[in-house]
Amino acid sequence: MKKLVKGNEAVIIGALVAGCDAYYGYPITPASEIAHAASEYFLPLDKVFVQAECEVGAVNMVFGAASSGQRVMTASSGPGISLKMEGISYLAGAQLPCVIVDVQRVGPGLGNIGPEQSDYYQVVKGGGHGDYRNIVLAPSSVEETYRMTIEAFDLADKWRTPVFLLTDATLGQMMEPIDVREEKTFRSDKSWALDSKPESNDNLVTSIYLDFDDMEKHINGLHEKYRQICDAEAKAEVYGSDEPEIVLTGYGIVGRMLRSVVDALNAKGVAATLVRPQTLWPFPEKILQQTVKADVPVLSVELSRGQFIEDVRLSLPHNPVTWYGRVGGNLPGIDELVEQAEKCLKEASNG
Amino acid sequence: MAKVYEKSPAFFDTFERKPSMQKTTHYCPGCGHGTLNKIIADQLTELGLQDKAIFVGPVGCGVFIYYYFESAAVSAAHGRASAVATGVSRANPDGVTISYQGDGDLAAIGTSNAIHAANRGENMIVFFVNNNTYGMTGGQLAPTTLIDQTSTTSPTGRTVKNDGYPLRMAEMMAGLEAPTLVARVGVNSPRNVRQAIKVIKKGLEIQRDKKGYVFIEVLSQCPTNWKKDTKEACEWIDDVVSKQYPFGVFKDMTDERDAVERRCERVEFSAIAKQLGLEADDSSSDAQIDMDKDATQFKFAGFGGQGVLSLGMMMAQLSMQHNMEVTWLPSYGPEMRGGVANSSVVVSKNTIGSPVVELPDVLVALNRPSLEKFGPLVPEGGMIIYNSSLIDQVPADLKGSVFALPATELATEAGTAKAANVVVLGFIARKAAMFKLADLEAFLTETFKKPALVETNIKALRAGWEVAENL
Repeated sequence: MKKLVKGNEAVIIGALVAGCDAYYGYPITPASEIAHAASEYFLPLDKVFVQAECEVGAVNMVFGAASSGQRVMTASSGPGISLKMEGISYLAGAQLPCVIVDVQRVGPGLGNIGPEQSDYYQVVKGGGHGDYRNIVLAPSSVEETYRMTIEAFDLADKWRTPVFLLTDATLGQMMEPIDVREEKTFRSDKSWALDSKPESNDNLVTSIYLDFDDMEKHINGLHEKYRQICDAEAKAEVYGSDEPEIVLTGYGIVGRMLRSVVDALNAKGVAATLVRPQTLWPFPEKILQQTVKADVPVLSVELSRGQFIEDVRLSLPHNPVTWYGRVGGNLPGIDELVEQAEKCLKEASNG
Repeated sequence: MAKVYEKSPAFFDTFERKPSMQKTTHYCPGCGHGTLNKIIADQLTELGLQDKAIFVGPVGCGVFIYYYFESAAVSAAHGRASAVATGVSRANPDGVTISYQGDGDLAAIGTSNAIHAANRGENMIVFFVNNNTYGMTGGQLAPTTLIDQTSTTSPTGRTVKNDGYPLRMAEMMAGLEAPTLVARVGVNSPRNVRQAIKVIKKGLEIQRDKKGYVFIEVLSQCPTNWKKDTKEACEWIDDVVSKQYPFGVFKDMTDERDAVERRCERVEFSAIAKQLGLEADDSSSDAQIDMDKDATQFKFAGFGGQGVLSLGMMMAQLSMQHNMEVTWLPSYGPEMRGGVANSSVVVSKNTIGSPVVELPDVLVALNRPSLEKFGPLVPEGGMIIYNSSLIDQVPADLKGSVFALPATELATEAGTAKAANVVVLGFIARKAAMFKLADLEAFLTETFKKPALVETNIKALRAGWEVAENL
């Protein structure tokens, strides 16, 4: 059944369909509609909703619920995600499945409440202390926000790891139809979890290993898991020409704008292709490598001053990769992006 | 001969969660933690709660509490035990959640989490082990360190001027409405241990009965960091420490409180669908809207409060019901408060790329600033509908076809000026041949529900529709 909803509300509908048991959060613009929807829907269904005293409290309540085997989530925006980072490191260290949503706004500092993609480093590269990774999903529409929220719970369970959903102010505030129906979800066995039964007496959830060798074994185990995730879960949408003269890449709201740019370029007789990463970690480097042939120029667009582009360059060390972006809450126009793509093509042909 | 002393079965026989020396604890000689652990273990056993108990360990000397108790356990980040315990308690409504915290953990870095868990009246028992120092970290100043007491970060003694006063947590907690039991006990003498046993037993009974939040502060000796032998340390608690932190029960609401059940259920999809208001949708049609172009871009602009966001939403909703792809994007933030609010709507036969409308095919301007701002962006062949009730000057540089619609007047005639947006909806629907009148009326009936509102809005809709029809 189709329902016209904001991206932020789609998160909660996805969470409900995925069987999310508990929501712990703290209000912040432009993510607050997630908490509004959670309070509206969770409590009447006898699910847990708590507005915590702070972001740090919220993420640690998530820690307690995830330790107990619940499907649990929290959501915030950049400044709140900064505060949650301590807890996220502990969640990763203790291998606890949970879903964390970052509706990105403008930073650094208070910034403003417009859209940006400047939490890329914080969310994709870590943010908290220690040597860990989180799966990061990057939807580009409200429908995909809904789908990916469901997927996030499954991935979290499958790999026993926190999963991020990285959206932005525009995706969170805009409305699109979502198609809501019963979906298959895969709740994993959680016999390791805390419980009030005799058989769970020996269960211990921790990230501390005093013995150096035990700790090394634990960290190496995490990274073996991360390697498997890289092999199994990297995803990207490829759209446009099979033999592109230029490849455009960007994620989230920018990714869908680039779809319009590809159409505009193709209408002008320029063979263009979009690679839109749907997972940011693992980064879909193989898909980029397969799509971008030798010497083909790449225009990498993001709403930040050059964070995402680092992963594009690491994936394509031999291609010319040009950055373009807007910050401060601004979105680029389609004509503006077409012009940048043409400029990028021209520079490439001039060698 | 009867045994008078034995290891509690709530403890592991060997401390297998401990990486080495599995027969001894990690506590220093003379430390009060061991005595407290023993009391908790004995009372869990006596009340038959061992299997239900879930321990939340802190950072500090209590960090390895899970070495000893054969119960489910989790280690929290520094100060976060009460927040973690909240998640544990809500997820395990039939469990007994035990948060075991020290002075740095609970009274400094985690004060906020501790107070709010107490204030929510979570079903949990919090042991606050007060030994006036950061034991594990190396004897630094704690919020509970006494005036003039030395520590590794107050080497000449705590001063009020630099560090403020010792924090009385139990008294603070007792000032809150929610907690059921708040007390301070000691483990430094047989007399105090006997009192501690009574209070802890009661606290655990409250947990068994789900009667809310219990806070038990335990004055505990730390011979190592106090640089005293055990006997001196135990005496110092009675002679000095308890003068700052008096023993006692500060609050006991056990008899007044009922059990608090916080449910935590898994539900079928049908219950979710009902909660979301998803019913079988018979209003949608397979036939798409017949449009000249594959996609039409709308911009609805006006004052905040003129309903331009909801006009966009109605357009999006109706188009969705006609099997079209749609996006609705609001303007918000400072722009909205500055006088011009707008919503952008794209209606398309195909997947929509950018939801941003730069060059609108259709502009609705309900006030003058929005006509001036967006009017010139409408390309040739586009449509500009402006509210002639409020706009008397039309910019000269407009390329689109311009239609004057006295939306506010027509809406006022229909019953409320607030329905100006619905007048516009009627006009566009007829002018662009997008929707049938009957579909629109059904939609408004569904949207506004209350008969009086429905009637007003249908009048407004028809007024706009007729203007377009008579062009």
